[in-house]
Amino acid sequence: MRDVGIVAFAESQLTYGTTNTPVEMIVPTVNEVLKNAGIERTEVDFWCHGSCDYMTGQPFSFVAAVDALGAWPPIIESHVEMDGAWALYEAWVKIQMGEANVALVFGNGKSSAGDMNRALTLQQDPYTVAPLWPGLTAMEGIGACAALQAGTVTERQMAEAASRARRDGAKNGNVLVSGSESADELLSRAVTSAPFRDHDLPAMADGVSAIIIAAGHAAKRIAKRPAWIRAIDHRIDHQNLGWRDLARSTSAAIAASEVGVHNDKVDIAELHTTFSHHEQLLINALQLRTDATRITPSGGALVGNALMAAGLSRFGHAARAIFDGTADRAVAHAQQGACLQQNIVAVLEGN
Amino acid sequence: MAGDKLQVTFETDGSLSAPLTLSYPYNRTLGTTYARFLSSLADRRIEGTKAQDGRVFVPPAEFDPSTGAPLNDWVQVGDSGTVVQWSWQPTPFADNTLDEPFAWALILLDGADVPMLHAVRASSVADMAVGMRVKAVWADERIPEITAIRCFEPVGG
Repeated sequence: MRDVGIVAFAESQLTYGTTNTPVEMIVPTVNEVLKNAGIERTEVDFWCHGSCDYMTGQPFSFVAAVDALGAWPPIIESHVEMDGAWALYEAWVKIQMGEANVALVFGNGKSSAGDMNRALTLQQDPYTVAPLWPGLTAMEGIGACAALQAGTVTERQMAEAASRARRDGAKNGNVLVSGSESADELLSRAVTSAPFRDHDLPAMADGVSAIIIAAGHAAKRIAKRPAWIRAIDHRIDHQNLGWRDLARSTSAAIAASEVGVHNDKVDIAELHTTFSHHEQLLINALQLRTDATRITPSGGALVGNALMAAGLSRFGHAARAIFDGTADRAVAHAQQGACLQQNIVAVLEGN
Repeated sequence: MAGDKLQVTFETDGSLSAPLTLSYPYNRTLGTTYARFLSSLADRRIEGTKAQDGRVFVPPAEFDPSTGAPLNDWVQVGDSGTVVQWSWQPTPFADNTLDEPFAWALILLDGADVPMLHAVRASSVADMAVGMRVKAVWADERIPEITAIRCFEPVGG
C-alpha cells in the first residue's frame, strides 16, 4: 500500500437559498483548496467529484462542473453520484493503483433547490416505498423509534448530541444554526415530528467541500503535517428498512472494524450525524469511548448539512485537527441513504 | 410542464429563477416478482415470498437475502398486523395517501416475518404505540400499485 495523506481542505460558507449555479458555487472552493495546498491546478493529476444530478435538476449536470476545474489541457476526472467522501475513496484507490499522485476531490449540493425531505424519498424502492412518499424525516423517525425502543440510544443522548452540536457550531462559525441550550432545555421543547424535536433534524444547507490528497513524497512536499489515511473502508446495508436492524448500524460497525478504529486511541472523531440519534448509533458502531474521544468538534451536519458535501467536510475537519496538532489520530466518517444505510470510515494519523 | 405558464421570479440579487418540476414519465416492466405482488394488491390480497430459512418477506424478496437463491414460493399473509416502529408526519406532502397528519409505521403483517412500511391513519400521536394492531384500508380503485392499500388504521381500540 502507498502512503496517502490529506494535505489540504477548504469548505464554502454555508448558506440556504443561493441563486448561484453549481459551477459558480464550486469555483471559489476549488481555488481555495489549491491555494491552501500551495499548488497549481496542473499539479493535480486526478479530479473526482461527488454530487447528485437529481438535486441539480438535470441529467449529467456533473459534466458542466468540469468548467469549474478547467478542462484544458486535458484532465483526468471522474464523478460519483454520492457524497464527496466517496469521491475521496475513488481518488484514494486511483492513487493506490499508481495512476495518480495528487488528487483533488470535491462535493457540492444545493439543498435549497427543493424540498429535500420529500425528494430523498426517491432513494428508496421505486415500487413499494417511493409511491407512498414517506420523506427522509419520517424514515429516520422510524429508525430513531427502533433505537429508542431497543435502548441503544436514549432521548437524553439525542438532546446532548444536539446541544453539543449547537455549541460547537457557535465556535466553528460556518454553520446555519447554533445555540447554547443545555440538553435539559432542548428536552423541554415540543416533540414536532415524533420522535423528533426540531433540533434533532439537520439544518439543510447549500455548500461545497474540497480536499486534496497526495501520495508519499508529494504529500510531504505539500503539507507540513499530512493527515495520513491509514485505512479507509465503506460498507452498505440493505435499502429496505424492514429488512434491517435499525437499532444499530451494522455497516458502520463492519467498516470501523476493517479500518481498526480501536487499535489505538482516537483523539477526535468527526461523525456525519444528520439526525441527532445517529451520533450514539455511530458511537456504538465505532465503539468510541466518549471520555477519551472528542466527538465532532466542528459541530457537524446537524448544524449545517450541505447534502453531498457534508460527509467530505467531516474528513476535512478531522484532517484539520491533524494539521494543527490538535489530534494525532482521528476518525472521519460519512454516510448516505436513509437510516445510516451506507457508511465510510477512515483512520487519519499525523505520524 | 407542457402548456404550463412559466413562472419567472426576480431574486433579490438580480437573478431570475423559475420552477422546474422533475417527473418520471416512463412505463417500466416490473419483473415477475413485483408484478405478482402488485397484481395481488389490485385483487386486495397481500402476498410475499418464503425464503429458504422459512422467513416470509412482504414486500416479496426476489432472491434469498442469505443464499441468493431465487424465491418462487408464494404465501398469502393477512391484511392486519402489528406496528413494530412508527414516526409522525405532522404536515403531509401533497402526494401522500392521507391529507391529515398521520403516522408512518413498519408493520409486521400476520404471517409475515419482515415488516413493511406504510401509512397509519391515527388522529394524534397519542393513538400510536409500538405493538398496536392495525388493519389495511383498501383504496376505492383496484390498482396494481402499493397505494392500492390507502393506509392502515388502528383496530381494537
